[in-house]
Amino acid sequence: MNLLKISWANIRNKPLNTTLSLLLLAFGVGIISLLLVMQSQLKEQFDRNIKDIDMVLGAKGSPLQLILSAVYQVDAPTGNINMLEARRVMKHPYIADAIPMAYGDNYLKYRIVGTTEKYAQHYGAVVEEGNFYSEPFEATIGRSVADEMGMKVGDTFYSAHGLEDNTDVHTNRIFTVVGIFAESHTVVDQLILTPIQSIWDVHTEEGDTIPDSEREYTAVLLKKKNPLAVMTIPNTIKDTNMSIALPAIEINRLNENFGLGMKALSAIALIIVIISFISVFISLFNSLKDRKYELALMRTMGASRSKVFTLILQEGLILSVLGFFIGFVLSRIGLLILSYFMKENFHYSMNDLGPIPMEWLMFIITIFVGSLASLLPAIRAVQIDISKTLADG
Amino acid sequence: MTLKYVPSTTRKLARMLQCEGIEFTYSEGPAFRFPDFSCENGGQMLLLGQSGSGKTTLLHLLAGLLQPTKGSIKIDETAVENLSSSKLDHFRGQNIGIIFQTAHFIDSLSVIDNLIMPQYLSGKVIDRKKAMVILERLSLQHKANVPPRQLSVGEQQRIAIARALVNDPKLILADEPTSALDDKNASEVIKLLREQAEISGATLIIVTHDQRLKDEFEKRVEL
Repeated sequence: MNLLKISWANIRNKPLNTTLSLLLLAFGVGIISLLLVMQSQLKEQFDRNIKDIDMVLGAKGSPLQLILSAVYQVDAPTGNINMLEARRVMKHPYIADAIPMAYGDNYLKYRIVGTTEKYAQHYGAVVEEGNFYSEPFEATIGRSVADEMGMKVGDTFYSAHGLEDNTDVHTNRIFTVVGIFAESHTVVDQLILTPIQSIWDVHTEEGDTIPDSEREYTAVLLKKKNPLAVMTIPNTIKDTNMSIALPAIEINRLNENFGLGMKALSAIALIIVIISFISVFISLFNSLKDRKYELALMRTMGASRSKVFTLILQEGLILSVLGFFIGFVLSRIGLLILSYFMKENFHYSMNDLGPIPMEWLMFIITIFVGSLASLLPAIRAVQIDISKTLADG
Repeated sequence: MTLKYVPSTTRKLARMLQCEGIEFTYSEGPAFRFPDFSCENGGQMLLLGQSGSGKTTLLHLLAGLLQPTKGSIKIDETAVENLSSSKLDHFRGQNIGIIFQTAHFIDSLSVIDNLIMPQYLSGKVIDRKKAMVILERLSLQHKANVPPRQLSVGEQQRIAIARALVNDPKLILADEPTSALDDKNASEVIKLLREQAEISGATLIIVTHDQRLKDEFEKRVEL
């Protein structure tokens, strides 16, 4: 027998009140937790993929679309750009490094990106099995692609035009998997990398030669040497169909738009949490009326004021902690469901289920507000006039 | 070394309860003056009074739930009116078992858990076996794990008696223990109460207006 057991028995003795308080708190905490963990994981993934890319060169169009397609591989490309014009930008003295890319084909929804070895190096992707490609129509594939499709080194496949569609298959050229990357937790995990030459050759008849002046890239990732690059380079490409997009700015804008929805949801969740604490308060306060005699009785049996105080405070705290943990578990179930859909649609996943620092803070706040909600009922319990309560019995 | 002989009656003759000149005034309400009385260790005594004579007030004074405005109450040579509120809580838990007019329990706990509650709350060692023995003495052992609400009124009053006994109190105070019961249950409960108080060597004080009990007790005080 101890106070915890009595508190717990009292909580269980009022299943309806308990369920209401727990449900409200669990849902409030669950939604906030889910938003927080989603934001943190998305931000982590976004930051990881954006690292050291200062600018993206691509066809004119929506700069956000250019960033999403070139950096995150989640949107359609804005178009193609002329290789020779692009190379002029790549050789600009303000540019430290440039990685050209050609994409727009897929194999069973996994995107095929024609690029150089620098692209893999940039994301820290190392070859785990086989080799990095060296010839056209050789491919080195990301870990997720290999795992999901069950592909091994030596397997072959045809590419298809577009990013999702599998109807327009380029049966003229056959790709061979020569290597598989180790998991890098970047966009590379979801990609099939091949020399740019493969992409060009797939789109021409065998034997045809295309002059360099007609060759095209889809986008170029740029790292600047001089901060002035951001100001000057757009001027140098004014007369072309090319444009420059800045990932940091576009992603900030995206976050702002996203953030508004997130904020609204957070506000609703916060209101639910507040209501849940009011519900804990009302439930404790109401039960005091019924339990007044019981508490007076405990005092006659030798229970000190502090024991009675602890008993009531504890009941509120148990509800708060329990509600928090149910909410935490709910948020993770939500995360897994969301992650499943994201993987289906964007080949991104959020699999880290551990608590994030903000949630520890939330836990502390929950304990604090939980004690606050049970403080008044606990004080009331201590102030019960034993003699009067028993006489009125 | 010689052992000094102590007659066994010495302890019996010591006074368990002694009240002198007790007065109590409610802040907004009646004032009471109670007659002086005392009860020897192990004795059994009836305090008889009509409604409004301050029976419950007196019982609460004896239990230390109220502080007398005037006069002194000594329980086992301790003047309870001098104890601080937390010392009093402790003293009450250790020495006094109280039985109320209607039995109340902690509804969320089983009969047996309600019985060990006084042990826990007064800081004594928790002894389930002992609680079970007392339940057996009252032939209620089969109700140990039932919630008290499911018992009949008579059974509830017997459990309340068991609860008052579980800490081996020196003094048992009963407030109208029979008024809610019919004749048969009333005489059973009173018999039980007297027997059990005697077995545990406790002093028994019953406060009541129940005239049915009048002839059963030699020692009576009219309020």
